[in-house]
Amino acid sequence: MTRTDRVFLGMLLAVVVVVPLLNLAVSPASPAHLSTYTVTLIGKYLCYAMLALAVDLVWGYGGILSLGHAAFFSLGGYAMGMYLMRQIGPRGVYGHPVLPDFMVFLSFKELPWFWLGFDRFPFALVMIGLAPGTLAFVFAWLAFRSRVTGVYLSIITQALTYALMLAFFRNDMGFGGNNGFTDFKDLLGFDLQEDGTRVALIVATILALAMSFCACRLIVSSRAGRVLRAIRDAESRTRFLGYSVESYKLWVFVFSAVMAGVAGALYVPQVGIINPSEFSPINSIEVVIWVAVGGRGTLYGAAVGAILVNYAKTFLTGALPEVWLYALGIMFVLVTLFLPRGLMGLVPAAARAK
Amino acid sequence: MSDGHPNGDGASEPRPRRRTTGAFGAPARPANWRELREAARRRLPAPLLGKILYLERLTVSFDGFKALNGLTMYVDPGELRCVIGPNGAGKTTMMDVITGKTRPDEGSAWFGARVNLLELTEPEIARAGIGRKFQRPTVFEHLTVFENLELAMAEDKRFWKALAARISAADRERIDEVLETIGLTEERRSDGRILSHGQKQWLEIGMLLMQQPELLLVDEPVAGMTPQETERTAELLLSLAGKHSVVVVEHDMEFVRSIATTVTVLHEGSVLAEGSMDAVQNDPRVIEVYLGA
Repeated sequence: MTRTDRVFLGMLLAVVVVVPLLNLAVSPASPAHLSTYTVTLIGKYLCYAMLALAVDLVWGYGGILSLGHAAFFSLGGYAMGMYLMRQIGPRGVYGHPVLPDFMVFLSFKELPWFWLGFDRFPFALVMIGLAPGTLAFVFAWLAFRSRVTGVYLSIITQALTYALMLAFFRNDMGFGGNNGFTDFKDLLGFDLQEDGTRVALIVATILALAMSFCACRLIVSSRAGRVLRAIRDAESRTRFLGYSVESYKLWVFVFSAVMAGVAGALYVPQVGIINPSEFSPINSIEVVIWVAVGGRGTLYGAAVGAILVNYAKTFLTGALPEVWLYALGIMFVLVTLFLPRGLMGLVPAAARAK
Repeated sequence: MSDGHPNGDGASEPRPRRRTTGAFGAPARPANWRELREAARRRLPAPLLGKILYLERLTVSFDGFKALNGLTMYVDPGELRCVIGPNGAGKTTMMDVITGKTRPDEGSAWFGARVNLLELTEPEIARAGIGRKFQRPTVFEHLTVFENLELAMAEDKRFWKALAARISAADRERIDEVLETIGLTEERRSDGRILSHGQKQWLEIGMLLMQQPELLLVDEPVAGMTPQETERTAELLLSLAGKHSVVVVEHDMEFVRSIATTVTVLHEGSVLAEGSMDAVQNDPRVIEVYLGA
């Protein structure tokens, strides 16, 4: 664990202490009070940071440029969403005891089989990892076994997320179609509109982010991590050393997808909605930009990049909505040209200068 | 240097002196040569007893161009063999077939008597004991010299094992030893990318040593080396022969002369001549196609 790692984890610790304090303990009248809106916004950024971490693991270390990670994020989100929908129970607008509102509206007679079990949280928790993990396993097994690499792999990951988007848009898929899931009431019996629940969610997000960060660090600093970097730099050479390149890429990809799924599951109760637009190809591309801006192959760079770019997005889409996409593009071009190692490339140099 | 490698026809050798073990200058048989030969005896026709590499009638075509055309070649355990030939003679394609990168259209390739190379993937072949050094040195640029050697180390290479692997004291000692041999002790913490061309060549050779392969395939080891480095490479390869079998592809004739006992000349995808350097150099066909007028 390097010094920058400790700084990063220290910052997360600071957020986990300061945010609940400023939100719950400081009176709303005080200027130091942090509104629940801001808490949720920070929570959202942290979920994105976790998604960026997942992308950095496969791209920054394994050289697998996935342009479809938002698909895994969304699947985790949908799994959580299904649990939250079942939690609503008879409190829906139509008051049906079992069926969520959209099913009543779309005249479903009974709950589709794949919704069974989602009324129990442990089951939902397993599905949050299992759904993206299984998809990633099947996808990666097929792609890596056929030795699809580079830009071709990136294109099929885009196709994957696009196909899922189209599928989830369909009403008869049983995932709420166009509108997705919303109007969530509570999670594990806690009201989602309560400040306390919001704070608990952000604390859970920070813990998940810190744990993912440590897990990723363990992976990349193990021998397997060095093999991963070897694969990134010279894939066929690694084969001739006796490593089954496919299985290394496969397991890391699956782990990364599960991490993205967990991030998605934490995202949904905080933003209060999940719909098929989360699968849209542009989302996955944005993640890659966050990682590039922060600095790929550093882990913390990905997280910092995600937070900074999303903060800029919140700010600009509020102040100058028409400018945002240009700003994003320009940022990406500038970083690629002048900061090939991202913003984190500046850190060690600056530290040495002092 | 090449003393005492088994040439496999012991059965037809009547002299009782051949049985002498521990005679001066005859230590170079590989540890498992008996095993290799036993296995071979069981499976193969008599004339082929006890080789480490059998390439037979290999043919590889790329869009009608025959990169290999019925190539047949055998390598003895512990032998240091040089393969020469003009550009396009099929030297690199031959290496590709042995290491599983290219599948031949016809023919067979066996490693010892047990391992059918045509059924295995590249990593499986590497794990079976065939190491390869590429023509253009390929080291892992963003790993240190030490880490490059660590990854080459002959150990369990599965993902879950590598995830939990620790460098033992014995591993460290072994890596230090190889660093010494290849003269990169000072650079152990440097990234692969900052090494000079010659140092990269050495690092690749070091990686081969870490792999401890039974058979080493070395593609143009001295390309871009200074005369001193070339000399050290020759010494190193000579010291490897005996313990390992080595096949060297090289253009530098002086270098080949300094190391080889047996030279195989390839031309248009098949063997044109085979024998000692002198015999080969005086072969009129070889003079015509390769050594030139």
